[in-house]
Amino acid sequence: MNKGVAITGMGIISSIGATVEENFNALVNGRPGITVIDNIDTIHKNNIKVGEIKKTNNQLAQELNLPADNNFSRTAMLATIAAKQAVKNAGITDINEYNTGLISATTVGGMDMTETYFYDYMERPDNRRYIESHDAGDNTHKIANELGLKGMVTTISTACSSAANAIMLGARLIKSGKLDRVIVGGADALSKFTINGFKTLMILSDTYNTPFDNNRKGLNLGEAAAFIVLESDEVVKKQNKKVLAYLSGYGNANDAYHQTASSENGDGAFLAMEKAFKISGLQPSDVDYINAHGTATPNNDLSEGRALIRAFGSNMPDFSSTKPFTGHTLAAAAAIEAVYSILALQNGVVYPNLNFETPMEEFNIIPQTVLKEKEINHVLSNSFGFGGNCSTLLFSKS
Amino acid sequence: MKKCYINGTACVSSQKTINTAFLQDIIVNHGDNILELALPDYKEVIPPAAARRMAKGVKNGIVASHWAMKEAGTQNPGAIITGTGMGCSVDSEKFLKALIDNKEEFLTPTSFIQSTHNTVGGQIALGLQCKAYNFTYVNGAVSFESSLIDAIMQIEEGDAATVLVGGVEETAENTMNFLQLSGSIKDKAQSPYSVLESYTTGAVFSEGATFFVLEDEQKDTTYAELKDVAIYNVLKQDEVQAKLEAFLANNKLTVNDIDAIVLGCNGDTRYDGYYTALANGIFSATPQAYYKHLSGEFNTASAFGLWVASHIVKLQEIPQVIKVNSIEGKSYKNVLLYNQYRGVDHSFTLISQC
Repeated sequence: MNKGVAITGMGIISSIGATVEENFNALVNGRPGITVIDNIDTIHKNNIKVGEIKKTNNQLAQELNLPADNNFSRTAMLATIAAKQAVKNAGITDINEYNTGLISATTVGGMDMTETYFYDYMERPDNRRYIESHDAGDNTHKIANELGLKGMVTTISTACSSAANAIMLGARLIKSGKLDRVIVGGADALSKFTINGFKTLMILSDTYNTPFDNNRKGLNLGEAAAFIVLESDEVVKKQNKKVLAYLSGYGNANDAYHQTASSENGDGAFLAMEKAFKISGLQPSDVDYINAHGTATPNNDLSEGRALIRAFGSNMPDFSSTKPFTGHTLAAAAAIEAVYSILALQNGVVYPNLNFETPMEEFNIIPQTVLKEKEINHVLSNSFGFGGNCSTLLFSKS
Repeated sequence: MKKCYINGTACVSSQKTINTAFLQDIIVNHGDNILELALPDYKEVIPPAAARRMAKGVKNGIVASHWAMKEAGTQNPGAIITGTGMGCSVDSEKFLKALIDNKEEFLTPTSFIQSTHNTVGGQIALGLQCKAYNFTYVNGAVSFESSLIDAIMQIEEGDAATVLVGGVEETAENTMNFLQLSGSIKDKAQSPYSVLESYTTGAVFSEGATFFVLEDEQKDTTYAELKDVAIYNVLKQDEVQAKLEAFLANNKLTVNDIDAIVLGCNGDTRYDGYYTALANGIFSATPQAYYKHLSGEFNTASAFGLWVASHIVKLQEIPQVIKVNSIEGKSYKNVLLYNQYRGVDHSFTLISQC
C-alpha cells in the first residue's frame, strides 16, 4: 500500500516552546503556556488568557538578524523562525536544489502592524513601510526570501483550518509531480483585531479552556507558527533521507451551514474525515489517537464530538485536544498539531486533554486526560474554521 | 489524465461586463486613479434582504459565480476555489476602525465574521448548499493563479468533474488611501493616465470578481481548454524568458506556437519592463493584447485577463480596444497570459482552442 507523502522535517514556535523539543517536553510534562497577555496593550488584559510567545518583536527580529528598518509583521517573524527550523531539521542545505515550493497559511497576516499604525501612516512616512506587510502574501514572500527559496510560493487562508489546507495542497503537489519538495504550514500572531473579534462572538473563555467539558466556557487565543517539509519518494530515496512520518490522508469539506457556527451534526467534519480515510485507504479502526480540533467553545466541541461519533461509532480511539496547552492558534493550529501528531507517532504518546472534569451531557465520549504511552501507528488531526471550512489530516508511522 | 475545459465565465468589473456582448460597452477611463465598479444587477441573483448584509466583494463573487454557472449549465460544483489577495477589506477595515476609534468597546461581531478571507468562498457554498472542497488562496497577484493550479489538479486527477474557480477583490477606503501613500496607486495629480504610454510609477486601481466553471468535458459553451498554469515568487527580468520557454516546453510548445500573448502591464514604469522585454523580444512578431486599462489593477485582475483571453479563443478575434500591436493572427489557437506585480508573483497561464 502507498504510505503517503514523506515528512522529513519540522519546526515550531508556540507558547509552550521555541523548538520541537521544548514543545514535546511541555506536552509530556503537562506544562501549558496559557497566561495573562503581556505583549499587547488591550483593555481585555484582565479578562482573558492567551497562549502568548513571551518574546517581544525586537527579540524576534534580533534572533532573525533583521535590520532595524525591517517591515516584518510578528506573524512573518514567527513563521520565518519555524520555517527555518523545519528546513534545517530536514537537512536541506541547498533550498533550490530540487523544485521546492512554499505554502503558508495565515488569517491575520500583518494585521498587528496595521492596527498599530492605522492612523499613523498619514503623518509618519517612516512607518509606511508596514503598509505592504499587511498582505497575507507578503508574509509568505518574506519567509521564502529568508529561506532563499525561488519557485512556487502561495498562501491559503481558510480561517482556523488554513494550515491543514496548506499541508493538504503540499501533499497533492508532491503526488502530482508538480513539486519535488514543499515546505508547508502556517502562522498567526496575536492581535487586537482577533482578540476583539472573538470577544464580540462571545466565545473567549475568561479562564483556562476546557475542551469537551460540559462546563466549557470558550477558547483561549494563542499565537504560533509551524512548518513541516514534504518530499517526494524519489528525493527521499536519492538522498537516503530519514522519514519522520507519512502524511497518509487528507480531506476538506464544507459544512455549508453558517458563516461562523458548525452544524449540529458536524456534517462538514464528518465528510472531511471520510475523505481522509478514503485517500489513505485506512479504516477508522486503524486510528490510535485523534488530535481533536477541540477549541472548547460550546459549539465546536458538540459538533466535533457528534462528527467523531458518526465516524468512529462505539469504537472511539483515544482522543484529546492540545488547545489547553497552546490556546487556539488559528491559521497555525493545524500546523502545530501536525508537529504534535508526528511526535505522538514517533514517541508513542497520547497527550492529555488538560482541564477536563465533567463529561458532556450530549454524549458519553471522554477525552484522554492523562499522558498515555502506547504504540501509535496512525493519528487523525482535525481542524475547522469559519466559512464552514473543515479539514482532516491523517499521519502514519514511517 | 482528464482535460480541463473552461465552460462558463462571468465578470463583474469597472466595465459593464455582465449580460452584455464581449467588450461591447467599454469606456476607457483616463481620469481616475481608482476606477469605480460598474454595478451589476444584484437583485436578479441575491435577495435584497440578504444583499444588505453582504460586503460588495461577497456580492460580486456571488453574482459572477452565478452567471458563470448559468452559462455552463451547472449547479453543483465538486470544488469551490477562490483567490483574493486582500480578502474582505471593507469589513476588515470596518471592524478595525471601530476597534481603534472606540478603544475596543461597543463592538459588534458582524464585520469581524465577514472579514475572514474565505468569506466569499464560504458564502457561495452556503448559497449553493455545496459541501464540497472549498479553498481560498491569498497570495497577492498569484491568488487567482494558485486557485487555477488547484482547480486543474482537481479536474485532471478526477477529484471533481466541475470546479467553480474565481478571483475577487474589493476596494476599501483606507486601504486605497494607504496604497496611494505607499505609491502603489498612481498619484491623483498625474492624470490623464495611460497604461501603454505611461511615464509615472504606480498603477490605476480597481476591484472586481471574475469566476469560471472548469469541467472535465467539452460542451457547447466551451471557451477553451485550460492547459497549464505556473507561478514563481520572484524572477529577475532576464530570468523570465527562460522560465517561459521551459513552461512552454513542458506543454510541448515553443514560442512560435503562441498565437497571442495577453500581458498584465499596468503602466507602472518601474515594473512594466518585464512585459516590454517579452513584447519587443521573443513575442515581437506575435499578436499582443492588454487589459488593465479596462479592469484597473488589483490582486486578481489577472482573472479579468483570463476572461479576456477565453473570449479571444472563443471568438477568434482580438478587439481593437485591447490590442498592443497591430499584428493580426490567422487564428488564435494557443493564447498565453503573463502577469506579475511589482516584480513578484509572476504567472504564466496557457489556454488552447478545442
